[in-house]
Amino acid sequence: MSKDAILGAIRRGLRRGALPADQTMGLHARLAAHPRHLIPARSQVSRPEQVALFIRNLEKEFATCSRVDDQSGVPGAVADYIAAQNLPPEFAMAPHAELRDIPWDSRPLLTRREGRASASDLVSVQHGYAGVAETGTLMLPAAPDRPTTLNLLCDTEIVILKTSRVVGAYEEGWDLIRAESRSGLGAGFMPRNVMLITGPSRSADIESTLELGAHGPRRLHVVLIDDDLTAR
Amino acid sequence: MLATSPAFKANAIDAMADPGLQKALARTRPQNPAKRAAAVAALPEFEQLRDIGRDIKNHTLAHLDFYLEAWEAKVVESGGHVHWASSADDARDAVLKICQKAGARTVTKGKSMVSEELAINDHLEKHGIVPIETDLGEYILQIRNEAPSHIIGPAFHLNREDWEDTFRKVHTHLPADRVFAERADIQNEARVLLRDKFLAADVGITGANFLIAETGSSVIVTNEGNGDLTQTLPRVHIVLATIEKVVPTLEDATSLLRLLARSATGQDFSVYTTFSTGGRRAGDLDGPEEYHVVIVDNGRSAMIGTEFQDMLRCIRCAACMNHCPVYQTVGGHAYGWVYPGPMGSVLTPGLIGVDKAGNLPNASTFCGKCESVCPVKIPLPSLMRHWREREFERHLSPASTRTNLALWAWVARRPGLYRLATRVAAKGLALMAGKKNRFSSLPFAGGWTAGRDLPAPEGDTFFARYAAQQRDAA
Repeated sequence: MSKDAILGAIRRGLRRGALPADQTMGLHARLAAHPRHLIPARSQVSRPEQVALFIRNLEKEFATCSRVDDQSGVPGAVADYIAAQNLPPEFAMAPHAELRDIPWDSRPLLTRREGRASASDLVSVQHGYAGVAETGTLMLPAAPDRPTTLNLLCDTEIVILKTSRVVGAYEEGWDLIRAESRSGLGAGFMPRNVMLITGPSRSADIESTLELGAHGPRRLHVVLIDDDLTAR
Repeated sequence: MLATSPAFKANAIDAMADPGLQKALARTRPQNPAKRAAAVAALPEFEQLRDIGRDIKNHTLAHLDFYLEAWEAKVVESGGHVHWASSADDARDAVLKICQKAGARTVTKGKSMVSEELAINDHLEKHGIVPIETDLGEYILQIRNEAPSHIIGPAFHLNREDWEDTFRKVHTHLPADRVFAERADIQNEARVLLRDKFLAADVGITGANFLIAETGSSVIVTNEGNGDLTQTLPRVHIVLATIEKVVPTLEDATSLLRLLARSATGQDFSVYTTFSTGGRRAGDLDGPEEYHVVIVDNGRSAMIGTEFQDMLRCIRCAACMNHCPVYQTVGGHAYGWVYPGPMGSVLTPGLIGVDKAGNLPNASTFCGKCESVCPVKIPLPSLMRHWREREFERHLSPASTRTNLALWAWVARRPGLYRLATRVAAKGLALMAGKKNRFSSLPFAGGWTAGRDLPAPEGDTFFARYAAQQRDAA
């Protein structure tokens, strides 16, 4: 009822009936082609510059970053970061194959539990799907091996990301998802939830003054694995 | 929400005499424009992006019926539910039904201006369901029983002492003599308290900055993360969105997102920009089991095809009010309804009627600052002028205004008489002012001279001077 009323009112306003087939075909084609608009030049630079821009923007937005040569460096980077924050050496980790492959046993004092975050977890370790250099933004699509709660419930979130997954603009990130993701529902590719995260949680609601740690993580740390030799 | 827009004039006088509000305005007045200017300066393509943003929205509005149906098909394909609501009543009932079916006792909420427009909280409370606002600003307004005064900084009008007093009064489970040494201590008290509410809620309600036809997604933008906790933890997620929020593709939404945060807070990008598509999928360890969108018209479709269609491009960044000399003097509550500032002065008459909100499009000097910063180039002053015309046509403006305008129009249509009258007035006023060249009081101009002197004319009119200059040049 309401649907017909709303669509009818829109068509009356536009002074036409439902669109004829040739016009809807054109609009379906636009949806299928999803043309890009202007991409700001700032991120369309060489690979090493893209990674440098990503890190610069992360830090501008109050996140931090450590860079390691390969995955054997990750446990040390995570342990050092957690120790520097004076936190107990334990974390909830995304059950992702790439994170399981990390030689965590090289730091035997680190305790990890795989799964979603619970209310009592202080630190999460999340799998980084992609990074967007344009604004230092992490792209984190939900999946069984990348639970959303790891981005939200813990005071500290650590994201493990490869430099080969740092792209220039958001549009390049969407194309990765289009190419790699299947929803399992119809012909769709869109994951249930895609979070674009730029720095730790904050609010300026009290006297228009920025304070970190509103409802989400108070700290966001990225461990960047230098797997892309062209980006060094 | 009951509109007090008819009392704008009295509201504005009260606002200018409110020391707390004036303190808050003094803080934000220079700050917001400076932040936006810095963000815009750092992106050389910003002006081109404004044209692109305008064009994307215009294309969508010209095919809005198509894109809404395409979007709905994708929501259904991804396991979500769409509830169409023509009126506020339809929307309130749809939300209530979903909550009741879920057996909801408490409902957490992300910030949503549409929810304010529909007064969802009152409706839920009336039926025994407890709504909890989780945006820090919305939270304190809920416990103070106040309305938002700004569309992105809803509690900007409060000062630190208001926050401390309110928290002490309401959070009685905490020691009364606790110390708030920093603003962060106030924020942290709300964080701890609301964390339990997030975990206990049965339903989460958010708004939407965009809906995407290509994927059937809804998009929310927050800095706090409260919207994400609201839509991730409860069993049921309800999105409240109005029909003009739909855009075709991820690329279209992305281009608009490049404009949104820069125009709003001067950030390059907000902290959390989240795309939600349907409910929990096979193997997912978290996320809501049900995903519903209540898609609301409530007066929008009637603006399509009229001179006010441009207003439906609005992406709710608040740049117009952050730059408006009127808003920056009286704040948001004076406007008397959900949407304040220039965008509210155009939208409110469209949604609640120009008979109730006619004061708002008149509360403008037409300085044009709002249009110059609008990310989707809405011609706000022209649209306010259209409302003034409609108000005049419908004989809603005061009798004295109408008589004076009619008198002026009669004279203005007779150029000889008009020139004579203005020459006599200019010379007369110059004589009256004498050597001082200014008036500290003048009959019929008390509103002006109460606050400042009126400079006197120097003895001749613009027309006379122009004609004399032309003669000299020839």
